Amino acid sequence: MQLYLPIAEVSVNAFLLLGLGGLVGMLSGMFGVGGGFLITPLLFMAGIPPAVAVATSANQIVASSFSALLSHLRRRTVDIPMGVVLLIGGLIGSALGVVVFNILKAQGQVDLLVKLCYVVFLGTVGGLMLVESLRALQRSRRSGGAPVRRKHNWVHNLPFKMKFRVSGLYISVIPPLLVGLLVGVLAAIMGVGGGFIMVPAMIYLLGVPTKVVIGTSLFQIIFVTAFTTMLHATTNYTVDMVLALLLIIGGVIGAQVGARVGTMMKAEQLRILLAVLVLAVCGQLAFDLLLRPTELYSLERVGGAV
Amino acid sequence: MTRWLLLWVFVALGSSAVAEEIVMGLSQDEVAITASFDGSDILIFGAVKRTVASAPLPPLGVVITISGPRTPVIVRHKERRFGIWVNTSSVEVDAAPSFYAVASSAPLSEVLSETENLRHSVTLNRAIRSIGADVDNTADYTEALIRIRSNDDLYKVAEGAIDFDEETLFRTSISLPANLVEGNYATRIFLTREGAIVDRYDTVIAVQKVGVERWLFNLSREQPAIYGGLSLLLAIAAGWAASAGFAAFRR
Repeated sequence: MQLYLPIAEVSVNAFLLLGLGGLVGMLSGMFGVGGGFLITPLLFMAGIPPAVAVATSANQIVASSFSALLSHLRRRTVDIPMGVVLLIGGLIGSALGVVVFNILKAQGQVDLLVKLCYVVFLGTVGGLMLVESLRALQRSRRSGGAPVRRKHNWVHNLPFKMKFRVSGLYISVIPPLLVGLLVGVLAAIMGVGGGFIMVPAMIYLLGVPTKVVIGTSLFQIIFVTAFTTMLHATTNYTVDMVLALLLIIGGVIGAQVGARVGTMMKAEQLRILLAVLVLAVCGQLAFDLLLRPTELYSLERVGGAV
Repeated sequence: MTRWLLLWVFVALGSSAVAEEIVMGLSQDEVAITASFDGSDILIFGAVKRTVASAPLPPLGVVITISGPRTPVIVRHKERRFGIWVNTSSVEVDAAPSFYAVASSAPLSEVLSETENLRHSVTLNRAIRSIGADVDNTADYTEALIRIRSNDDLYKVAEGAIDFDEETLFRTSISLPANLVEGNYATRIFLTREGAIVDRYDTVIAVQKVGVERWLFNLSREQPAIYGGLSLLLAIAAGWAASAGFAAFRR
Protein backbone atom coordinates (compact mmCIF):
# COMPACT_ATOMS: atom_id res chain seq x y z
CA MET A 1 0.00 0.00 0.00
CA GLN A 2 1.57 3.27 -1.14
CA LEU A 3 1.17 6.34 1.03
CA TYR A 4 2.03 9.94 0.16
CA LEU A 5 3.84 11.77 2.96
CA PRO A 6 2.77 15.44 3.18
CA ILE A 7 6.05 16.93 4.44
CA ALA A 8 8.56 14.57 2.86
CA GLU A 9 6.63 14.86 -0.46
CA VAL A 10 7.36 11.30 -1.46
CA SER A 11 5.20 8.22 -1.77
CA VAL A 12 6.36 5.12 0.10
CA ASN A 13 5.08 1.72 1.06
CA ALA A 14 3.18 1.93 4.37
CA PHE A 15 4.04 -1.63 5.42
CA LEU A 16 7.73 -1.05 4.88
CA LEU A 17 7.57 1.88 7.30
CA LEU A 18 5.54 -0.12 9.83
CA GLY A 19 8.16 -2.86 9.66
CA LEU A 20 11.05 -0.43 10.11
CA GLY A 21 9.30 1.11 13.11
CA GLY A 22 8.70 -2.32 14.62
CA LEU A 23 12.31 -3.40 14.22
CA VAL A 24 13.68 -0.26 15.82
CA GLY A 25 11.05 -0.33 18.58
CA MET A 26 12.16 -3.84 19.50
CA LEU A 27 15.75 -2.67 19.88
CA SER A 28 14.55 0.23 21.98
CA GLY A 29 12.73 -2.05 24.39
CA MET A 30 15.54 -4.59 24.58
CA PHE A 31 18.56 -2.35 24.92
CA GLY A 32 17.29 1.04 26.00
CA VAL A 33 18.74 2.69 22.94
CA GLY A 34 16.43 5.02 21.05
CA GLY A 35 17.39 3.41 17.77
CA GLY A 36 18.06 6.73 16.06
CA PHE A 37 21.43 5.51 14.81
CA LEU A 38 19.57 2.74 12.98
CA ILE A 39 16.28 4.28 11.85
CA THR A 40 17.83 7.34 10.24
CA PRO A 41 20.04 5.44 7.73
CA LEU A 42 17.17 2.99 7.11
CA LEU A 43 14.86 5.88 6.23
CA PHE A 44 17.48 7.25 3.81
CA MET A 45 17.42 3.89 2.08
CA ALA A 46 13.62 3.98 1.89
CA GLY A 47 13.92 7.23 -0.09
CA ILE A 48 12.98 9.77 2.59
CA PRO A 49 14.90 13.08 2.29
CA PRO A 50 17.68 13.17 4.95
CA ALA A 51 16.43 16.29 6.77
CA VAL A 52 12.95 14.81 7.17
CA ALA A 53 14.37 11.44 8.20
CA VAL A 54 16.46 12.94 11.00
CA ALA A 55 13.68 15.13 12.40
CA THR A 56 10.95 12.52 12.15
CA SER A 57 12.98 9.74 13.71
CA ALA A 58 13.45 11.98 16.76
CA ASN A 59 9.67 12.17 17.06
CA GLN A 60 9.32 8.42 16.63
CA ILE A 61 11.94 7.76 19.32
CA VAL A 62 9.84 9.76 21.81
CA ALA A 63 6.95 7.36 21.30
CA SER A 64 8.85 4.07 21.40
CA SER A 65 10.97 5.21 24.35
CA PHE A 66 7.89 6.32 26.27
CA SER A 67 6.19 3.01 25.69
CA ALA A 68 9.28 1.10 26.81
CA LEU A 69 9.78 3.42 29.79
CA LEU A 70 6.29 2.62 31.07
CA SER A 71 7.10 -1.09 31.18
CA HIS A 72 10.36 -0.33 32.97
CA LEU A 73 8.55 1.92 35.47
CA ARG A 74 6.15 -0.90 36.22
CA ARG A 75 9.10 -3.16 36.99
CA ARG A 76 10.80 -0.39 39.00
CA THR A 77 13.96 -0.43 36.93
CA VAL A 78 14.20 3.35 36.45
CA ASP A 79 16.48 5.48 38.59
CA ILE A 80 14.66 8.80 38.28
CA PRO A 81 17.11 10.95 40.31
CA MET A 82 19.95 9.61 38.18
CA GLY A 83 17.89 10.29 35.05
CA VAL A 84 17.25 13.89 36.10
CA VAL A 85 20.96 14.51 36.75
CA LEU A 86 21.83 13.04 33.33
CA LEU A 87 19.09 15.09 31.70
CA ILE A 88 20.37 18.38 33.13
CA GLY A 89 23.78 17.61 31.65
CA GLY A 90 22.12 16.42 28.44
CA LEU A 91 20.13 19.58 27.78
CA ILE A 92 23.17 21.80 28.34
CA GLY A 93 25.15 19.48 26.09
CA SER A 94 22.63 19.49 23.26
CA ALA A 95 22.46 23.27 23.31
CA LEU A 96 26.27 23.30 22.98
CA GLY A 97 26.04 20.62 20.30
CA VAL A 98 23.70 22.73 18.17
CA VAL A 99 26.25 25.56 18.28
CA VAL A 100 29.04 23.19 17.21
CA PHE A 101 26.81 21.75 14.49
CA ASN A 102 26.12 25.19 13.03
CA ILE A 103 29.83 26.03 12.98
CA LEU A 104 30.55 22.81 11.08
CA LYS A 105 27.67 23.47 8.74
CA ALA A 106 29.03 26.90 7.89
CA GLN A 107 32.29 25.25 6.85
CA GLY A 108 30.52 22.60 4.73
CA GLN A 109 31.36 18.92 5.12
CA VAL A 110 28.85 18.44 7.92
CA ASP A 111 27.72 15.27 6.19
CA LEU A 112 31.16 13.72 6.33
CA LEU A 113 31.79 14.76 9.93
CA VAL A 114 28.51 13.24 11.05
CA LYS A 115 29.43 10.00 9.31
CA LEU A 116 32.94 9.98 10.75
CA CYS A 117 31.46 10.64 14.20
CA TYR A 118 29.23 7.62 13.73
CA VAL A 119 32.06 5.37 12.61
CA VAL A 120 34.40 6.42 15.42
CA PHE A 121 31.86 6.28 18.24
CA LEU A 122 29.96 3.24 17.11
CA GLY A 123 33.26 1.43 16.49
CA THR A 124 34.77 2.33 19.86
CA VAL A 125 31.65 1.75 21.90
CA GLY A 126 30.72 -1.46 20.10
CA GLY A 127 34.24 -2.88 20.28
CA LEU A 128 34.71 -2.11 23.98
CA MET A 129 31.31 -3.47 24.83
CA LEU A 130 31.87 -6.69 22.92
CA VAL A 131 35.25 -7.39 24.51
CA GLU A 132 34.02 -6.55 28.00
CA SER A 133 30.83 -8.56 27.83
CA LEU A 134 32.57 -11.59 26.32
CA ARG A 135 35.01 -11.45 29.22
CA ALA A 136 32.18 -11.07 31.73
CA LEU A 137 30.41 -14.04 30.20
CA GLN A 138 33.55 -16.20 30.54
CA ARG A 139 34.06 -15.02 34.10
CA SER A 140 30.50 -15.78 35.15
CA ARG A 141 30.81 -19.28 33.65
CA ARG A 142 34.04 -19.95 35.50
CA SER A 143 32.94 -18.64 38.88
CA GLY A 144 29.46 -20.17 38.60
CA GLY A 145 27.54 -16.94 38.09
CA ALA A 146 28.73 -15.08 41.19
CA PRO A 147 28.33 -11.31 40.76
CA VAL A 148 31.54 -9.41 40.28
CA ARG A 149 32.19 -6.82 42.98
CA ARG A 150 32.54 -3.31 41.56
CA LYS A 151 35.84 -1.69 42.38
CA HIS A 152 36.18 1.78 43.78
CA ASN A 153 37.91 4.20 41.42
CA TRP A 154 38.45 7.94 41.08
CA VAL A 155 34.75 8.41 40.33
CA HIS A 156 33.98 7.70 43.97
CA ASN A 157 36.31 10.33 45.38
CA LEU A 158 34.57 13.43 44.00
CA PRO A 159 32.46 15.88 46.05
CA PHE A 160 28.65 16.53 45.90
CA LYS A 161 27.80 12.92 46.65
CA MET A 162 24.24 11.83 46.20
CA LYS A 163 22.41 8.61 46.96
CA PHE A 164 20.89 6.82 43.95
CA ARG A 165 18.80 4.18 45.68
CA VAL A 166 17.55 2.22 42.68
CA SER A 167 21.06 1.87 41.30
CA GLY A 168 22.45 1.15 44.75
CA LEU A 169 25.07 3.87 44.27
CA TYR A 170 26.40 6.64 46.44
CA ILE A 171 28.47 8.78 44.09
CA SER A 172 29.18 12.37 43.19
CA VAL A 173 26.76 14.08 40.74
CA ILE A 174 29.69 15.37 38.66
CA PRO A 175 30.37 12.20 36.61
CA PRO A 176 26.69 11.69 35.59
CA LEU A 177 26.43 15.41 34.73
CA LEU A 178 29.52 15.11 32.52
CA VAL A 179 28.26 11.92 30.90
CA GLY A 180 24.94 13.63 30.19
CA LEU A 181 26.73 16.65 28.76
CA LEU A 182 28.95 14.60 26.45
CA VAL A 183 25.99 12.56 25.24
CA GLY A 184 23.99 15.74 24.69
CA VAL A 185 26.69 17.25 22.49
CA LEU A 186 27.04 14.09 20.41
CA ALA A 187 23.28 13.65 20.21
CA ALA A 188 22.82 17.09 18.72
CA ILE A 189 25.64 16.62 16.20
CA MET A 190 24.71 13.11 15.18
CA GLY A 191 20.95 13.62 15.33
CA VAL A 192 20.24 10.70 17.64
CA GLY A 193 18.98 10.19 21.21
CA GLY A 194 22.43 9.04 22.30
CA GLY A 195 21.38 5.82 24.05
CA PHE A 196 24.15 3.81 22.43
CA ILE A 197 26.72 6.03 24.12
CA MET A 198 24.72 6.59 27.30
CA VAL A 199 24.19 2.90 28.07
CA PRO A 200 27.86 1.84 28.03
CA ALA A 201 28.92 5.09 29.73
CA MET A 202 26.55 4.40 32.60
CA ILE A 203 27.64 0.78 32.91
CA TYR A 204 31.39 1.28 32.65
CA LEU A 205 31.95 4.81 33.95
CA LEU A 206 29.27 5.11 36.62
CA GLY A 207 28.82 1.47 37.54
CA VAL A 208 25.03 1.50 37.27
CA PRO A 209 23.54 -2.04 37.09
CA THR A 210 22.57 -3.04 33.54
CA LYS A 211 18.87 -3.58 34.32
CA VAL A 212 18.53 -0.05 35.73
CA VAL A 213 20.63 1.49 32.97
CA ILE A 214 18.05 0.78 30.28
CA GLY A 215 15.07 2.36 32.01
CA THR A 216 17.10 5.35 33.13
CA SER A 217 18.58 5.89 29.69
CA LEU A 218 15.08 5.78 28.18
CA PHE A 219 13.91 8.37 30.69
CA GLN A 220 16.65 10.76 29.58
CA ILE A 221 16.24 10.01 25.85
CA ILE A 222 12.55 10.98 25.86
CA PHE A 223 13.32 14.51 26.95
CA VAL A 224 16.30 14.99 24.65
CA THR A 225 14.42 13.74 21.57
CA ALA A 226 11.30 15.73 22.45
CA PHE A 227 13.50 18.82 22.60
CA THR A 228 15.05 17.93 19.22
CA THR A 229 11.64 17.33 17.64
CA MET A 230 10.39 20.75 18.69
CA LEU A 231 13.57 22.36 17.43
CA HIS A 232 13.28 20.72 14.00
CA ALA A 233 9.53 21.37 13.74
CA THR A 234 9.90 25.07 14.46
CA THR A 235 13.08 25.85 12.51
CA ASN A 236 13.31 23.46 9.56
CA TYR A 237 9.66 22.30 9.23
CA THR A 238 10.91 18.79 8.60
CA VAL A 239 8.85 16.68 11.02
CA ASP A 240 6.47 14.53 8.97
CA MET A 241 3.54 13.55 11.15
CA VAL A 242 2.21 10.86 8.82
CA LEU A 243 5.64 9.23 8.56
CA ALA A 244 6.05 9.52 12.33
CA LEU A 245 2.65 7.94 12.95
CA LEU A 246 3.51 4.89 10.84
CA LEU A 247 6.88 4.46 12.50
CA ILE A 248 5.26 4.96 15.91
CA ILE A 249 2.57 2.32 15.38
CA GLY A 250 5.25 -0.19 14.38
CA GLY A 251 7.59 1.11 17.05
CA VAL A 252 5.38 0.98 20.13
CA ILE A 253 4.38 -2.60 19.40
CA GLY A 254 8.01 -3.52 18.79
CA ALA A 255 9.09 -1.81 22.00
CA GLN A 256 6.66 -3.88 24.06
CA VAL A 257 7.87 -7.10 22.48
CA GLY A 258 11.47 -5.98 22.95
CA ALA A 259 11.01 -5.18 26.64
CA ARG A 260 9.63 -8.69 27.23
CA VAL A 261 12.44 -10.36 25.30
CA GLY A 262 14.95 -8.21 27.19
CA THR A 263 13.85 -9.47 30.60
CA MET A 264 14.17 -13.07 29.43
CA MET A 265 17.82 -12.67 28.48
CA LYS A 266 20.97 -12.44 30.55
CA ALA A 267 22.56 -9.02 30.88
CA GLU A 268 25.78 -10.23 29.21
CA GLN A 269 23.91 -11.69 26.27
CA LEU A 270 22.01 -8.41 25.85
CA ARG A 271 25.25 -6.49 25.81
CA ILE A 272 26.89 -8.80 23.28
CA LEU A 273 23.88 -8.49 21.00
CA LEU A 274 23.89 -4.71 21.23
CA ALA A 275 27.65 -4.63 20.62
CA VAL A 276 27.32 -6.76 17.49
CA LEU A 277 24.52 -4.55 16.21
CA VAL A 278 26.46 -1.35 16.85
CA LEU A 279 29.52 -2.79 15.10
CA ALA A 280 27.42 -3.89 12.11
CA VAL A 281 26.05 -0.37 11.57
CA CYS A 282 29.55 1.04 12.04
CA GLY A 283 30.94 -1.38 9.44
CA GLN A 284 28.25 -0.42 6.95
CA LEU A 285 29.00 3.28 7.36
CA ALA A 286 32.75 2.73 7.12
CA PHE A 287 32.28 0.77 3.88
CA ASP A 288 30.24 3.63 2.44
CA LEU A 289 33.12 5.99 3.10
CA LEU A 290 35.80 3.65 1.75
CA LEU A 291 34.17 2.16 -1.33
CA ARG A 292 33.79 4.09 -4.54
CA PRO A 293 30.16 5.23 -4.66
CA THR A 294 28.17 4.26 -7.76
CA GLU A 295 26.99 7.85 -8.14
CA LEU A 296 29.68 10.43 -7.50
CA TYR A 297 27.24 13.32 -7.58
CA SER A 298 24.50 14.14 -5.13
CA LEU A 299 21.68 16.69 -5.15
CA GLU A 300 20.47 19.02 -2.46
CA ARG A 301 17.46 21.24 -2.82
CA VAL A 302 18.26 24.73 -1.61
CA GLY A 303 16.10 26.64 0.81
CA GLY A 304 14.34 23.69 2.43
CA ALA A 305 11.38 21.89 0.94
CA VAL A 306 9.14 23.17 -1.84
CA MET B 1 -2.39 51.27 -56.12
CA THR B 2 -0.38 51.56 -52.90
CA ARG B 3 -3.55 51.04 -50.93
CA TRP B 4 -4.29 47.83 -52.83
CA LEU B 5 -0.79 46.63 -52.24
CA LEU B 6 -0.95 47.36 -48.52
CA LEU B 7 -4.24 45.51 -48.20
CA TRP B 8 -2.77 42.53 -50.01
CA VAL B 9 0.22 42.50 -47.64
CA PHE B 10 -2.08 42.64 -44.64
CA VAL B 11 -4.18 39.76 -45.86
CA ALA B 12 -1.13 37.70 -46.68
CA LEU B 13 0.47 38.38 -43.31
CA GLY B 14 -2.73 37.79 -41.39
CA SER B 15 -3.55 34.53 -43.05
CA SER B 16 -0.05 33.13 -42.68
CA ALA B 17 0.07 34.11 -38.98
CA VAL B 18 -3.12 32.32 -38.02
CA ALA B 19 -3.13 29.67 -40.68
CA GLU B 20 -2.53 26.86 -38.20
CA GLU B 21 -3.54 27.07 -34.58
CA ILE B 22 -3.49 24.65 -31.66
CA VAL B 23 -6.71 23.67 -29.95
CA MET B 24 -5.97 21.51 -26.92
CA GLY B 25 -7.53 19.57 -24.13
CA LEU B 26 -6.31 17.89 -20.94
CA SER B 27 -7.70 14.84 -19.21
CA GLN B 28 -7.30 16.83 -16.00
CA ASP B 29 -5.96 20.31 -15.31
CA GLU B 30 -5.63 19.60 -11.60
CA VAL B 31 -3.75 16.85 -9.84
CA ALA B 32 -4.91 16.27 -6.28
CA ILE B 33 -2.33 14.72 -3.99
CA THR B 34 -4.23 12.63 -1.48
CA ALA B 35 -2.80 10.27 1.13
CA SER B 36 -2.99 7.39 -1.31
CA PHE B 37 -1.48 9.34 -4.24
CA ASP B 38 0.49 6.94 -6.37
CA GLY B 39 1.34 8.99 -9.43
CA SER B 40 -1.00 10.07 -12.17
CA ASP B 41 -1.30 9.85 -15.93
CA ILE B 42 -2.19 13.00 -17.77
CA LEU B 43 -3.64 12.73 -21.23
CA ILE B 44 -2.87 15.70 -23.43
CA PHE B 45 -4.75 15.89 -26.70
CA GLY B 46 -5.77 18.43 -29.25
CA ALA B 47 -6.13 19.37 -32.85
CA VAL B 48 -4.65 21.74 -35.38
CA LYS B 49 -7.23 24.30 -36.47
CA ARG B 50 -6.77 25.61 -40.01
CA THR B 51 -8.30 28.74 -41.43
CA VAL B 52 -7.04 27.94 -44.90
CA ALA B 53 -6.99 24.62 -46.68
CA SER B 54 -3.89 22.56 -46.00
CA ALA B 55 -1.55 23.36 -48.83
CA PRO B 56 1.11 20.86 -49.90
CA LEU B 57 3.63 22.09 -47.33
CA PRO B 58 6.35 20.20 -45.43
CA PRO B 59 4.96 18.04 -42.58
CA LEU B 60 4.03 19.48 -39.20
CA GLY B 61 5.46 18.36 -35.87
CA VAL B 62 4.23 18.62 -32.27
CA VAL B 63 6.37 19.04 -29.16
CA ILE B 64 4.87 19.03 -25.65
CA THR B 65 6.69 19.92 -22.43
CA ILE B 66 5.55 19.80 -18.81
CA SER B 67 7.70 21.53 -16.23
CA GLY B 68 7.36 21.47 -12.45
CA PRO B 69 8.27 24.42 -10.24
CA ARG B 70 11.88 25.57 -10.65
CA THR B 71 14.11 25.69 -7.59
CA PRO B 72 17.83 26.10 -7.06
CA VAL B 73 19.70 22.83 -6.51
CA ILE B 74 23.22 22.18 -5.24
CA VAL B 75 25.02 19.41 -7.10
CA ARG B 76 27.93 18.01 -5.10
CA HIS B 77 30.78 15.93 -6.41
CA LYS B 78 32.67 13.31 -4.42
CA GLU B 79 36.37 12.59 -4.74
CA ARG B 80 38.73 10.31 -2.94
CA ARG B 81 40.73 12.11 -0.22
CA PHE B 82 42.86 10.28 2.35
CA GLY B 83 41.25 6.99 1.36
CA ILE B 84 37.66 8.04 1.90
CA TRP B 85 35.08 9.56 -0.40
CA VAL B 86 34.43 13.19 0.37
CA ASN B 87 32.28 15.92 -1.19
CA THR B 88 34.94 18.14 -2.70
CA SER B 89 33.27 20.54 -5.07
CA SER B 90 29.77 21.70 -5.79
CA VAL B 91 27.85 23.71 -8.33
CA GLU B 92 24.66 25.54 -7.57
CA VAL B 93 22.18 25.21 -10.39
CA ASP B 94 20.06 28.33 -10.22
CA ALA B 95 16.81 26.90 -11.47
CA ALA B 96 16.11 23.26 -12.09
CA PRO B 97 12.54 22.08 -12.58
CA SER B 98 11.42 19.53 -9.99
CA PHE B 99 9.81 17.62 -12.86
CA TYR B 100 10.31 17.86 -16.60
CA ALA B 101 8.91 15.87 -19.47
CA VAL B 102 9.38 16.40 -23.19
CA ALA B 103 7.33 14.50 -25.74
CA SER B 104 7.42 14.89 -29.50
CA SER B 105 5.73 13.46 -32.57
CA ALA B 106 9.07 12.61 -34.23
CA PRO B 107 12.72 12.69 -33.15
CA LEU B 108 13.36 16.10 -31.60
CA SER B 109 16.21 16.92 -33.98
CA GLU B 110 13.75 16.66 -36.87
CA VAL B 111 10.86 18.67 -35.46
CA LEU B 112 12.76 21.38 -33.63
CA SER B 113 15.65 23.49 -34.86
CA GLU B 114 18.51 24.44 -32.57
CA THR B 115 17.55 28.12 -32.77
CA GLU B 116 13.99 27.50 -31.68
CA ASN B 117 15.23 25.22 -28.91
CA LEU B 118 17.48 27.99 -27.64
CA ARG B 119 14.71 30.54 -27.85
CA HIS B 120 12.06 28.50 -26.06
CA SER B 121 14.28 26.29 -23.85
CA VAL B 122 12.62 23.05 -24.84
CA THR B 123 15.11 20.23 -24.26
CA LEU B 124 16.27 19.19 -20.79
CA ASN B 125 19.69 20.79 -21.15
CA ARG B 126 18.07 24.09 -21.97
CA ALA B 127 15.40 23.86 -19.28
CA ILE B 128 18.05 23.77 -16.55
CA ARG B 129 19.70 27.08 -16.00
CA SER B 130 23.03 27.47 -14.29
CA ILE B 131 24.71 30.82 -14.24
CA GLY B 132 27.73 31.86 -12.25
CA ALA B 133 29.23 28.44 -11.66
CA ASP B 134 32.91 28.72 -10.74
CA VAL B 135 33.93 25.20 -11.76
CA ASP B 136 35.26 24.53 -15.27
CA ASN B 137 33.34 21.39 -16.08
CA THR B 138 29.83 22.67 -15.25
CA ALA B 139 28.42 20.39 -17.94
CA ASP B 140 29.34 17.33 -15.84
CA TYR B 141 27.25 18.65 -12.98
CA THR B 142 24.25 19.41 -15.16
CA GLU B 143 24.55 15.95 -16.69
CA ALA B 144 24.66 14.42 -13.21
CA LEU B 145 21.54 16.35 -12.22
CA ILE B 146 19.71 15.08 -15.29
CA ARG B 147 20.95 11.53 -14.72
CA ILE B 148 19.89 11.42 -11.06
CA ARG B 149 16.47 12.94 -11.70
CA SER B 150 15.92 10.70 -14.73
CA ASN B 151 16.60 7.67 -12.54
CA ASP B 152 13.95 8.95 -10.15
CA ASP B 153 11.52 9.21 -13.08
CA LEU B 154 11.37 12.97 -12.64
CA TYR B 155 12.97 13.89 -15.96
CA LYS B 156 11.86 12.12 -19.08
CA VAL B 157 12.26 12.50 -22.80
CA ALA B 158 9.76 10.66 -24.99
CA GLU B 159 10.69 11.25 -28.60
CA GLY B 160 7.98 10.08 -30.98
CA ALA B 161 5.53 9.46 -28.14
CA ILE B 162 2.90 11.81 -29.54
CA ASP B 163 0.38 10.26 -31.91
CA PHE B 164 -0.20 12.77 -34.67
CA ASP B 165 -2.96 11.68 -37.05
CA GLU B 166 -3.47 13.28 -40.42
CA GLU B 167 -1.47 16.27 -39.23
CA THR B 168 -4.59 17.31 -37.35
CA LEU B 169 -5.20 15.28 -34.20
CA PHE B 170 -2.49 14.77 -31.63
CA ARG B 171 -2.54 12.85 -28.40
CA THR B 172 -0.03 11.71 -25.76
CA SER B 173 -0.02 10.48 -22.20
CA ILE B 174 2.53 11.71 -19.68
CA SER B 175 2.86 9.92 -16.39
CA LEU B 176 3.56 11.96 -13.28
CA PRO B 177 5.48 9.93 -10.65
CA ALA B 178 4.40 9.48 -7.04
CA ASN B 179 7.19 11.64 -5.63
CA LEU B 180 5.65 14.80 -6.99
CA VAL B 181 6.20 18.26 -5.59
CA GLU B 182 3.32 20.72 -5.21
CA GLY B 183 3.05 23.66 -7.55
CA ASN B 184 1.98 24.86 -10.95
CA TYR B 185 3.18 22.64 -13.75
CA ALA B 186 3.67 24.75 -16.86
CA THR B 187 2.54 22.89 -19.95
CA ARG B 188 3.60 24.04 -23.43
CA ILE B 189 2.60 22.72 -26.79
CA PHE B 190 4.58 23.71 -29.88
CA LEU B 191 3.46 23.21 -33.44
CA THR B 192 6.46 23.15 -35.74
CA ARG B 193 7.21 22.97 -39.43
CA GLU B 194 10.70 22.23 -40.64
CA GLY B 195 12.02 22.93 -37.17
CA ALA B 196 10.44 26.37 -36.91
CA ILE B 197 7.65 27.03 -34.45
CA VAL B 198 4.36 27.83 -36.14
CA ASP B 199 2.18 28.11 -33.05
CA ARG B 200 2.55 27.79 -29.31
CA TYR B 201 -0.05 27.04 -26.63
CA ASP B 202 0.54 27.48 -22.89
CA THR B 203 -1.48 26.15 -20.01
CA VAL B 204 -0.97 25.17 -16.39
CA ILE B 205 -1.65 21.95 -14.53
CA ALA B 206 -2.10 22.66 -10.82
CA VAL B 207 -0.65 19.99 -8.55
CA GLN B 208 -1.98 20.38 -5.03
CA LYS B 209 -2.24 18.49 -1.81
CA VAL B 210 -5.80 18.07 -0.59
CA GLY B 211 -7.58 16.98 2.57
CA VAL B 212 -5.48 15.85 5.52
CA GLU B 213 -2.29 16.26 3.53
CA ARG B 214 -3.12 19.91 2.85
CA TRP B 215 -4.12 20.55 6.45
CA LEU B 216 -0.98 19.01 7.95
CA PHE B 217 1.29 20.78 5.49
CA ASN B 218 -0.27 24.19 6.20
CA LEU B 219 -0.20 23.62 9.95
CA SER B 220 3.49 22.69 9.85
CA ARG B 221 4.32 25.95 8.05
CA GLU B 222 1.93 28.37 9.72
CA GLN B 223 1.84 27.06 13.29
CA PRO B 224 5.07 25.10 13.67
CA ALA B 225 4.97 25.16 17.47
CA ILE B 226 1.46 23.71 17.55
CA TYR B 227 2.42 21.18 14.89
CA GLY B 228 5.50 20.10 16.87
CA GLY B 229 3.50 19.89 20.08
CA LEU B 230 0.84 17.83 18.32
CA SER B 231 3.52 15.47 17.00
CA LEU B 232 4.88 14.97 20.50
CA LEU B 233 1.41 14.51 21.96
CA LEU B 234 0.72 11.88 19.32
CA ALA B 235 3.98 10.13 20.21
CA ILE B 236 3.28 10.14 23.96
CA ALA B 237 -0.32 9.02 23.48
CA ALA B 238 0.71 6.20 21.16
CA GLY B 239 3.43 5.09 23.56
CA TRP B 240 1.00 5.05 26.47
CA ALA B 241 -1.74 3.31 24.49
CA ALA B 242 0.60 0.53 23.43
CA SER B 243 1.90 0.03 26.94
CA ALA B 244 -1.59 0.01 28.46
CA GLY B 245 -2.84 -2.24 25.68
CA PHE B 246 -0.13 -4.81 26.26
CA ALA B 247 -0.58 -4.68 30.03
CA ALA B 248 -4.30 -5.40 29.61
CA PHE B 249 -3.52 -8.14 27.13
CA ARG B 250 -1.20 -9.85 29.59
CA ARG B 251 -3.72 -9.94 32.39
